[in-house]
Amino acid sequence: MAEGLVKRFGEFEAVRGVDVQVRRGEAFGFLGPNGAGKSSTMRMIGCVSPRTSGLLRVLDMDPDTDGPRIRARIGVVPQQDTLDNELTVRQNLHVYGRYFGLSKSYLRDKTAELLEFARLSDRADDQVDPLSGGMKRRLTIARSLVNEPELLLLDEPTTGLDPQARHLLWDRLFRLKQSGVTLIITTHYMDEAEQLCDRLVVMDGGRIAAEGSPAELIAEYSTREVLELRFPLDEQDRHLTDLRDLAERIEVLPDRLLLYTADGEGALSTAHQRGVRPLSCLVRRSTLEDVFLRLTGRSLVD
Amino acid sequence: MTVTTLSVPRSSGRVVSPARAVWLVVEGYWVWYRRNWRSSVVSSFMLPVLFLVAMGMGLGSQVSPGPATLGLPYVVYLAPAVLVASAVQTAAFESTYPILSGFKWTQIYWGIVASPVTVAQLVAGQFTWIALRLLSAVAAYLVVAAAFGALSGPGVLLALPVAVLTSLAFCSWVVALAASIDSEGQAFNAVFRFVVLPMTLFGGTYYPISQLPAWLQPLAWVTPMWHGNELARTVSFGPADWPATWGHLGYLVVLSVGGVLLAGQRFRVRLMV
Repeated sequence: MAEGLVKRFGEFEAVRGVDVQVRRGEAFGFLGPNGAGKSSTMRMIGCVSPRTSGLLRVLDMDPDTDGPRIRARIGVVPQQDTLDNELTVRQNLHVYGRYFGLSKSYLRDKTAELLEFARLSDRADDQVDPLSGGMKRRLTIARSLVNEPELLLLDEPTTGLDPQARHLLWDRLFRLKQSGVTLIITTHYMDEAEQLCDRLVVMDGGRIAAEGSPAELIAEYSTREVLELRFPLDEQDRHLTDLRDLAERIEVLPDRLLLYTADGEGALSTAHQRGVRPLSCLVRRSTLEDVFLRLTGRSLVD
Repeated sequence: MTVTTLSVPRSSGRVVSPARAVWLVVEGYWVWYRRNWRSSVVSSFMLPVLFLVAMGMGLGSQVSPGPATLGLPYVVYLAPAVLVASAVQTAAFESTYPILSGFKWTQIYWGIVASPVTVAQLVAGQFTWIALRLLSAVAAYLVVAAAFGALSGPGVLLALPVAVLTSLAFCSWVVALAASIDSEGQAFNAVFRFVVLPMTLFGGTYYPISQLPAWLQPLAWVTPMWHGNELARTVSFGPADWPATWGHLGYLVVLSVGGVLLAGQRFRVRLMV
């Protein structure tokens, strides 16, 4: 739970008044571009960054006074894997578990269980350094689970991973949610937010621009369908006038036009009748990317 | 594919006691050390052997016992101070790259402070680890020195705490430096070339600083190594000049406290942003 949360670094205000309430057991997302203040917010929730002002309660405790007690009950997957590359996969889990006061005999079993969950059992005694990015990420997630956290903070969990590795990670995160772990996720991938989050906030410039479930946000800030039209570079503006009345709203991107309408196919055939001949066209459902574009006038991933 | 579902979360919520947290940080380093001990053991034994052979035996053969060596054979006169010097050198090394690495390369510090372990406990654990490392180096040195017949008696064992204190008085400031920089640059080289080496040469390790030109002596007074050397020789050979002994001790304690506090502050500023 946060109210009017603010984080300032000298003159720069990274988080400028954030109000959110995350319910137990839900997957909650912070969606926004790089520099939106997502990571700063996460670090404050993780009790490794004192807030400048505002209220913050994590698991009904105050990070300022109960940092260690909160950290004992949460798991953190930071943006960069902070694994010890010179140790083995198993040793990383073991050493980290010790910081939570877990006994060596308990950790022997727990480590085996986590390795299986992260599908790293066959690499258990290999050094971490040569592992692939996806494996390191899974190990970081396994490590964050060593204390069986009630709340898991994931900062950009799949950035830099290939599609297969991302899907495997999403599957693991989904399982965790099923088992009752509360997830807080930051991401600048709209597909990730749609896949994982029950509710999310769209963040931009340190502020919350909108809040809701992915479906609610799309219903509120976008249309059901989107028609994407690509033209030769110099012709885009010329066609704009012909298309104006075909959509509720048109976004002009450098390389294409986005027509927001309930009926994409209908708009496309009308455009064809009017003699508009795009290089390529695509009718698709609205996504959170469109919501973000609408809210901020910018794309998520630049 | 095996599918594992994890048990419903029931986090222990356990926060370990401060002393135990400090020890767990040391334990973490120990796990690392068990995999990487070989190179450090070689240098721990090799350096004192080289020093004692070259200085004690080689140079020492040309030095006859006299007032400047407190009437002792040179190699015996040398032993407690070389003990302090090798402790400081080991500690200085452990206070440079490993610290920067914790922030920058392995980044293990960031992981540790995300656990219930606090920054203060991490810093205390880090210093404890450095102390254990230098004690193991000094123990290796003592074995070598004993083999060379360079030890005057059990009093030399009292030089161990002196070596730890002297190292702390110096390396805490190096830790603070390492916690403040973003890339190694030339900072660590500068520390070794322009501080550690001159301090060893001019801090009364190989000869009393009364042999230095008068204008150089105040520089030696500033170095923790001179105070450490004086203390180490006092506890090894006696007799104690109490005001001077308290002075040396006080100076080293003040330096240590200041350095540790500064290092702690640098860790906090960097990790808790």
